[in-house]
Amino acid sequence: MNYRENENLVAFAPFGLENSWTLDAYRSIGGYQSWQQVLSGELSADDIIDKVKASGLRGRGGAGFPTGLKWSFMPRNAPGQKYIVCNSDESEPGTCHDRDILRYNPHALIEGMAIAGYAMGATVGYNYIRGEFFAEPVPRFESALREAYEAGLLGQNINGSGIDFDLHMFVGAGAYICGEETGLLESLEGKPGRPRFKPPFPANYGLYGKPTTVNNTYTLASVPTILRKGPEWFAALGPEKSGGAAIYSVSGHVEKPGNYELPMGIPFPDLLEICGGIWKGRKLKAVIPGGSSVPVMPGEVIMECNMDYESLREAGSALGTGAVVVMDETTCMVRMLERISRFYYAESCGQCTPCREGTGWLNRVINRVIDGKGRSEDLDMLVEVANKIEGHTICALGDAAAWPVQSFIKHYRHEFAYMIEHGGRSIVEADGKAAA
Amino acid sequence: MSDDQVTIEVDGISLPAKKGQMVMEVTDDAGIYIPRFCYHAKLSVAANCRMCLVEVEKAPKPLPACATPVAEGMKISTKSPAAIAAQRATMEFLLINHPLDCPICDQGGECELQDLAMGYGRDISRYNEGKRVVADKDIGPLVSTDMTRCIHCTRCVRFTEEIAGFQELGTMGRGEDMKIGTYVEKAVNHELSGNIIDLCPVGALNSKPFRYRARAWEMIQQATVSPHDSFGSNMFAHVKQGRLMRVVPQPNDEINETWLSDRDRFSYDGIYSTDRVIKPLLRIDGEFRETEWSTVLEQVSDRLQQTDAAKIGFLSSPGATVEESFLLQRIARGLGTNNIDHRLQARDLGDSDNDPVQPHIGTDIVSLESADAIAVIGSDLRREVPMLAHRVRKAALAGATVSFINPPGQQYQFSHQYLATELTQLRAALGALIGAAEVATGKIAPDSVAQRVDRQSHDETHRAVAESLAQGERSHILLGHLAQRHPAFTQIRALASVLADMTGATIGFIPESANAAGASLVGVLPHRGAGGEPVATPGLNARQMLADALDAYVLFGFEPEVDTVEGAQAVETLRNANFVVVMSPWLSEQALEYADVILPIGTFAETAGTYVNLEGRWQSFSGVATPVGEARPGWKVLRVLANYLHLDAFDYNDALEVTVAAREAVPVELQDYRIGPMPSMDGADFGDDLMPAPISLYGSDSLVRRSRPLQRTPLARGVGES
Repeated sequence: MNYRENENLVAFAPFGLENSWTLDAYRSIGGYQSWQQVLSGELSADDIIDKVKASGLRGRGGAGFPTGLKWSFMPRNAPGQKYIVCNSDESEPGTCHDRDILRYNPHALIEGMAIAGYAMGATVGYNYIRGEFFAEPVPRFESALREAYEAGLLGQNINGSGIDFDLHMFVGAGAYICGEETGLLESLEGKPGRPRFKPPFPANYGLYGKPTTVNNTYTLASVPTILRKGPEWFAALGPEKSGGAAIYSVSGHVEKPGNYELPMGIPFPDLLEICGGIWKGRKLKAVIPGGSSVPVMPGEVIMECNMDYESLREAGSALGTGAVVVMDETTCMVRMLERISRFYYAESCGQCTPCREGTGWLNRVINRVIDGKGRSEDLDMLVEVANKIEGHTICALGDAAAWPVQSFIKHYRHEFAYMIEHGGRSIVEADGKAAA
Repeated sequence: MSDDQVTIEVDGISLPAKKGQMVMEVTDDAGIYIPRFCYHAKLSVAANCRMCLVEVEKAPKPLPACATPVAEGMKISTKSPAAIAAQRATMEFLLINHPLDCPICDQGGECELQDLAMGYGRDISRYNEGKRVVADKDIGPLVSTDMTRCIHCTRCVRFTEEIAGFQELGTMGRGEDMKIGTYVEKAVNHELSGNIIDLCPVGALNSKPFRYRARAWEMIQQATVSPHDSFGSNMFAHVKQGRLMRVVPQPNDEINETWLSDRDRFSYDGIYSTDRVIKPLLRIDGEFRETEWSTVLEQVSDRLQQTDAAKIGFLSSPGATVEESFLLQRIARGLGTNNIDHRLQARDLGDSDNDPVQPHIGTDIVSLESADAIAVIGSDLRREVPMLAHRVRKAALAGATVSFINPPGQQYQFSHQYLATELTQLRAALGALIGAAEVATGKIAPDSVAQRVDRQSHDETHRAVAESLAQGERSHILLGHLAQRHPAFTQIRALASVLADMTGATIGFIPESANAAGASLVGVLPHRGAGGEPVATPGLNARQMLADALDAYVLFGFEPEVDTVEGAQAVETLRNANFVVVMSPWLSEQALEYADVILPIGTFAETAGTYVNLEGRWQSFSGVATPVGEARPGWKVLRVLANYLHLDAFDYNDALEVTVAAREAVPVELQDYRIGPMPSMDGADFGDDLMPAPISLYGSDSLVRRSRPLQRTPLARGVGES
């Protein structure tokens, strides 16, 4: 398979076109065809959900929940307002594909949201965009939204079809926790972004207490292509249970970091090759394959892995958001973990005890180790504290804070032990390979 | 088994449960304790403390019992190794940033965190990093803050939002920096604010007046009843070596639930005010001298016996206990006079044959919550009876249509209809409401009120109020203190009765103070004896007694200068009397001018007694504190005085014998209020100057007025005082 062929692209389909973010460019590749079919009555809500189910599309926000199944949870025929909400609060460290969808293919998201809204009986949609996207993604999406309204693709009784769909944009204030779907809903309602306890799930009690489905940007932007090219085509891109394509946001010590939309299940060595390999001719040390919260994988383990949900799960990590953080041999894993743990410490919402108190504890102990004041018993304690956070919190931020600690110490315990024994000196410096 | 019944298994025990219940509710009912901090039965579920994590079969991770709905066949382990491990984990997290200042923390000894740490904590902390320190907030004179101790359970936040209705507290910041506060530094200024002290599971929010006064284990807890309003809130007095140190709520779901108004909670400070009379005082040659009880009582009895009974006036507080009231009226009548009254604030004392024998709200507190419609007429409800306002709010939240026909400016934080009516216009508003009720019901108001019925000027709100009362199956009209103090009260009462009759609503009265209902029942009235029996020749009522000087007065438990309709006039009248006996715990400056004898009686805390609440509930309590100085319980003073007066059948040995005697003298059944012969609807309008003053929350009685913490609150500096 030639990975780089454009016909394999899903959410990045119009890439390469001039001004790919405009309505004309999007229409030139068949954009809004599916939505027109909906408006003309050729595509029913049941058809849409069946096709999305058949495509094997799974949520691209990190958890990988089957999208069609999620849509079928909505009580779509029940009376009352229902909402479709897009989660563009992309903030998992390492992840940057939603930003590029908003910048280069915003109409795919608009069409995806309209179709999803119709399929679930939601006549109002909100796109919640993270605050830091104000510079380029927000204006691009905003102008696309205007274009769509002007072209009569959105609004009330669209083209006399009797179908209503209004889409609004909301810019958040830059909190990681608002990427958690119920935290997002709270924030959208104007409250502090604190996740809600589930049940009830948003499909029953969501935005303003109404049935709501929250999907990730990439998930929704994939839907028009799936409908246009057919669920079979999409499913066939990837292996069983991991249908379609993935956008790998590759960062770290590679020659050509960037967003790569590639068929799901690409072997990691192939992905690494596409990214130009490890930079400066160095050796691969470790990879975080799905955003900073998923467990780190030693280089030799991931070199044997395919990049899809099931393969990475079996290998002890997760595809997560598809953000691949590559680390070369000069990376100090203690400092790396400190940086990650600082993030979760800073981003904990503070409502539930284990995460509020535990994230700070973890970060302080790791910092103490770096300061040369570590104790040998600290390592077991770090893992134990992480274990006590994991699975004990309202939302998954607690897990996200725990997994890196558990996996870094599992795979690189010797680096931590070395630093504790040597008064804060890193093992990579001792080897004379200072991080560049 | 009905459809909404399920069976769950907790620690191997099968328990019935209702669908939709949370595990915690079921285990609490079954007496299985699961540790918790954020959960509170009266508040919404937050599920944030994670202390109540339990193991649920087939669940991949421990679940919070407070937020996990039951399901058929669910198997729950609250004490399995996994459950205990999760609970211990939470405890460790809660303690790492909690200061180890228990020895100087008022919560020590009654602290939920301390108690649970004994069961779930480690001996020694593994946390060796720096601890969080949080700046304290000044949230007013009632609640002290030590925010470093806060464990962020958000009970206080949820209380202000859900129970008080004014969200005065919130959470600011994120993660470890999350703080509870008011955002802008200000006092928490709600009449129920003190409840956040009880709700706080740690020592972050504590009682400011009680700060550093005593340890929990040094005090004895004794049950008592609120002396300030007719709600009859149940309370616990905490007493150390005979001194009342603080007051906390005694849970009673039929009355005050788990709450207490600030007035009930903090008034105790006034018991130990510096103007307490510690020994009987007798005016000798113009000077007050401390005198032995026996000498004084002899003097009093001699002087009263020497006075023409028709020239003696007895005036008693509506806050006096049943026992005190009963004995006082027996003494008056034993001496041969019906000059006795407790209606000190009433301006319109005509038509008294239509007075209810026992004023009550026409329903009970719990039923009020399931009302369809409630109309509150002439009442500053939150200031008159704060806990009743809370129940009315609950009714509104449950769907009742609540209407207020009140002076403008009152605030209620729930959906309601407000017919802003100056007191001078209260009769007119009722006339328009009856007009609207005619439209709503198709009935015609009786001729007797025709003069006041207004068929022209009812607007949308009038009609909505009348319709809500007419349409509701359970509709209630409540007449508050402002109505009862109104110079046209008897007409207002008649008009409200007509409105109630037409719409099918009950009509009720919010009795003044703690025991106006009891005082009425036992006959502290010029026209009725105990049990409402009419007397042959009615005596003078309160206004008449205070208008022109009689020869002698016996004043029981109030301060005429502030507790009567025309205080200045009352003082003037009393000054002109030959002999004035004041029975009071305190010596007010004014009393020095008119009193000849001051007999120190005990406050509610220093006497046994009974109050009859606004739903007709008799609640007896014991004396909890040692009387200050030589003060003696009022009932004992009256009993001994009666002996000095050689009155018959005053051989009571204890308060209970008096209670029983009073109880036997009055009807057991509550009677619904029905107006008899209609009073005249004549009479000109009254000017603003004749209207009752605004209700003063913290000026309601002598004890509250002497509570320093309450007087320092912004609420006390509001209306009513100058």
